[in-house]
Amino acid sequence: MHAYANPTRFLAIARPLTPWLLWLGLAFLLAGAWAGLTVVPGEAKQGETARILYVHVPAAWLGMGGWTSLALAGLVQLVWRHPLAGIAARAIAVPGMLFTALCLATGSIWGKPTWGTWWEWDGRMTSMLVLLFLYAGFVALTTGDESERQGGTLSRGAAIYALVGAINIPIINRSVVWWNSLHQGPSITMRGSSIDGSLLWPLGLTLAGFSLLFGAIVLMRMRRIIADNRVAARLRRLADDEGTEF
Amino acid sequence: MKAKHQRLILAAVALCGVGGAGVLAASALRDEAAYFRTPAEVQAGKTEVGEAMRLGGMVAAGSIRHQPDGVTIRFVATDGKASIPVEYKGIVPDLFAENSGMVADGRMRADGIFVADRILAKHDERYMPPQMGDMPKAMKAAPKA
Repeated sequence: MHAYANPTRFLAIARPLTPWLLWLGLAFLLAGAWAGLTVVPGEAKQGETARILYVHVPAAWLGMGGWTSLALAGLVQLVWRHPLAGIAARAIAVPGMLFTALCLATGSIWGKPTWGTWWEWDGRMTSMLVLLFLYAGFVALTTGDESERQGGTLSRGAAIYALVGAINIPIINRSVVWWNSLHQGPSITMRGSSIDGSLLWPLGLTLAGFSLLFGAIVLMRMRRIIADNRVAARLRRLADDEGTEF
Repeated sequence: MKAKHQRLILAAVALCGVGGAGVLAASALRDEAAYFRTPAEVQAGKTEVGEAMRLGGMVAAGSIRHQPDGVTIRFVATDGKASIPVEYKGIVPDLFAENSGMVADGRMRADGIFVADRILAKHDERYMPPQMGDMPKAMKAAPKA
């Protein structure tokens, strides 16, 4: 683990990996979109609207998976002081927030024709909206001057915030089980899927596609944060050198 | 003990504390955070006549009756344990159907009928292709002839 905490060694792996993740992800997404929109039939009761699940479900999982990894990165930064972990947490925050927003938007678009409402304050929707606000808070805490002061990594406050926010993840997951809600129960569990196999398989393609894309975005953002830090460090050195000359 | 181990233990203890607080809060919210009440809860006397609430349940088979005025419907909401008759004046969502879930905003009337101001359809977690959606369960299990 320590070996990869070195930014130079990390970059040697991240640089060639980024285009692979990006293009493979886009290929999977294209295949998944084609399959989900044209190959499989509409659902028995909902008809064509059910197809939105191929975007909604990966977006929900990545929004929640994003915060889980963000919190783990916060823990590693807090306990082991790996600067790269804090950089990873900051890199995850924006795509995580985007996928959470995508999940809420697609859910709302599906909810209107299915339930008859754009939005209801049930347990699942409310806890997912809280996740969006948590992401927004984390981004606000860690960008701008604060980022420069921390050398691209997290302040202790931001790392603790990431860990405390993680309590929302099991709440989102269990919200449809603990409380009766408008949102249906989980379709895909450890025991199998209640989505028929003939409708399920494009979800595997879009899930792989969005996940690879998420990985590519995180790597790009991490490289950018590292590059920004190097520029800032070099400018500081230059300023110091000039100071000694005069 | 190294500083890093101290921080690990501190983080673990803090996480357990936060997790415990979360679980306590969630279980305290058990009833409050419920989006609707079930017919069994209503019949157990947890609601008062005229109190604004949401009732959720399945629309009982064969229970939807269109009233002579053309815009009012009556049906029975059930959760398997108890049943509540519901009256609603207006347009229902497309997915509102017998043997399917629904959630109604409204209040209990003194005569034991739930008067709804708004009805939402609830979709369950099963997704089926069209040709299988209408088949009974026994036929789905049978191999294709």
